[in-house]
Amino acid sequence: MSDIKARQDAIVDELSAISDWRERYRRIIRIGRDMPEMPEADRDDDHLVKGCQSRVWLHADLEGDRVRFRGFSDTSIVNGLVAMLIRVFDDSTPADILAADGSFLDRIGIHENLSQNRANGLAAMIKQIKAYGIGYQHLLSMQGR
Amino acid sequence: MNTTAPPFDVERVRSDFPQLKRTVYDDRPLVFLDSAATSLKPQQVIDRITRFYSHDYGTVRRGVYLLSQEATVMYEGTRDLAAGFLNAPSRDEVIFVRGVTEAMNLIAIGWGRKFLQPGDEILLTQMEHHSNIVPWQLAAAATGATVKAVPITDRGEIDLEAFDAMLTEKVKLVSVVHVSNGLGTINPVKTIAAKAHSVGALCVVDGAQAAPHLPIDVQDIGCDFYACSGHKMLGPTGAGLLWGRAELLDAMDPYQGGGEMIDRVSFDGSTWDDAPHKFEAGTPAFVQVIALGTAIEYLQALDLRAVAARDAVLVDYATEAMQQVPGLSVMGTAPEKSGLVAFTIDGVHPYDVGTLLDRDGICIRVGQHCVQPIMDRFGVPATARASFGVYTTEAEIDALVASLQLAVDMLA
Repeated sequence: MSDIKARQDAIVDELSAISDWRERYRRIIRIGRDMPEMPEADRDDDHLVKGCQSRVWLHADLEGDRVRFRGFSDTSIVNGLVAMLIRVFDDSTPADILAADGSFLDRIGIHENLSQNRANGLAAMIKQIKAYGIGYQHLLSMQGR
Repeated sequence: MNTTAPPFDVERVRSDFPQLKRTVYDDRPLVFLDSAATSLKPQQVIDRITRFYSHDYGTVRRGVYLLSQEATVMYEGTRDLAAGFLNAPSRDEVIFVRGVTEAMNLIAIGWGRKFLQPGDEILLTQMEHHSNIVPWQLAAAATGATVKAVPITDRGEIDLEAFDAMLTEKVKLVSVVHVSNGLGTINPVKTIAAKAHSVGALCVVDGAQAAPHLPIDVQDIGCDFYACSGHKMLGPTGAGLLWGRAELLDAMDPYQGGGEMIDRVSFDGSTWDDAPHKFEAGTPAFVQVIALGTAIEYLQALDLRAVAARDAVLVDYATEAMQQVPGLSVMGTAPEKSGLVAFTIDGVHPYDVGTLLDRDGICIRVGQHCVQPIMDRFGVPATARASFGVYTTEAEIDALVASLQLAVDMLA
């Protein structure tokens, strides 16, 4: 089982163990706050993932044969969800990123269709993460890696 | 304000609204505080639609058979009700539209594109809804006219001194919102209409938020056009009202071409019917218009003076109750307000507030409310807004405040 799947299951387990919805949101907000804050200078239009009500920024860089992700949202709840996505996808190979299921957020128990909700930036962010996966996979294969 | 307004029994009114009985999430009662976006519907309006579709259905204005004749009487009956509701001089000055957005586009195309010249000015305000901005921008681009916006004060009122200064002979049309959906401000539309006429400009009034909350008298206001959206005034979606002076409607070009609005069609040329039918092309949303008539009757039975007095009580109650929430600032502090309280909270994003309130069963609107210029004016990316209807109670406002306090505790 890839690292990604294990990390997703760990997050789902962590959140599902909390039975009170308010405490669950509290945990999500704290996970977001624990994530290192993205410097203002990095929150530029080039890295803005299109959401509607909340704004999400995403950076991706190649280190060796793995993709390193950094993310940030200007709303606390979405920032927590962004932190979870980063925790899951950061430091993974493009192949693992592409093979992964992007809808694990639907299983953390706050809303069934969270990953498809266009009001936050999450659906677009998941798509962008996958797009980076495709791009870096192509780059690596061109370099014969 | 008339201090002897008729009594208002909110519990009895609530019993007319079936959706108030539903719960959300884990059996939470629905607390609907987004009536400025769209209002809930009384059983009477719902029943009118169901009965029409199941028993009275036939097309309007076309058929010789009984069903069609009766449907036409009902449809035109709403026109009479609307004329009464607005105190219009004539029923033939009332046009059925989808809502205020369509009304503004109709005037911008039917009047604007025909009469605006290069160098002419259209005067709006910084607090206008996008539906009262974009149609004028389109008309200006097509004609060489310019759109200008009167600034608003820190309290959220139109700066009348600036308005006077900007109101030159170049201004051909002034369009202003009666009650702001972003701030709640009630604007002095009677004064504005008089000032517009003093320089020979027309005056258009956006009544989307006003019509559900205040008695409207277009003759007293003295404007040239007045627009309402049915779905905000207890009516169905898809039906609204545009009142316009007869001589203007006669001079305007049609808005949409097609069946119903014509007198004679041939390939050598076609001619139009008179207003209002000149502006009602195609088969209308006649079921919705008929049900809008029921909504108008419902509001009139409550007495709009009582509705307005009740609304003022709610705005005062909510404004005071929300002071208890740490870091909360009300946006829009004009002395005359209607129907809503918009606010920001220090260090807390409105989107997060709305999400947490939703889990408590409380529906508020967060975002830019289709009034981006207001957001720019006050330097905020978004606000939260609680808005009230005839069914709103003080207990619901208390629930809102309690939930806000919990949310701020988690987020700040």
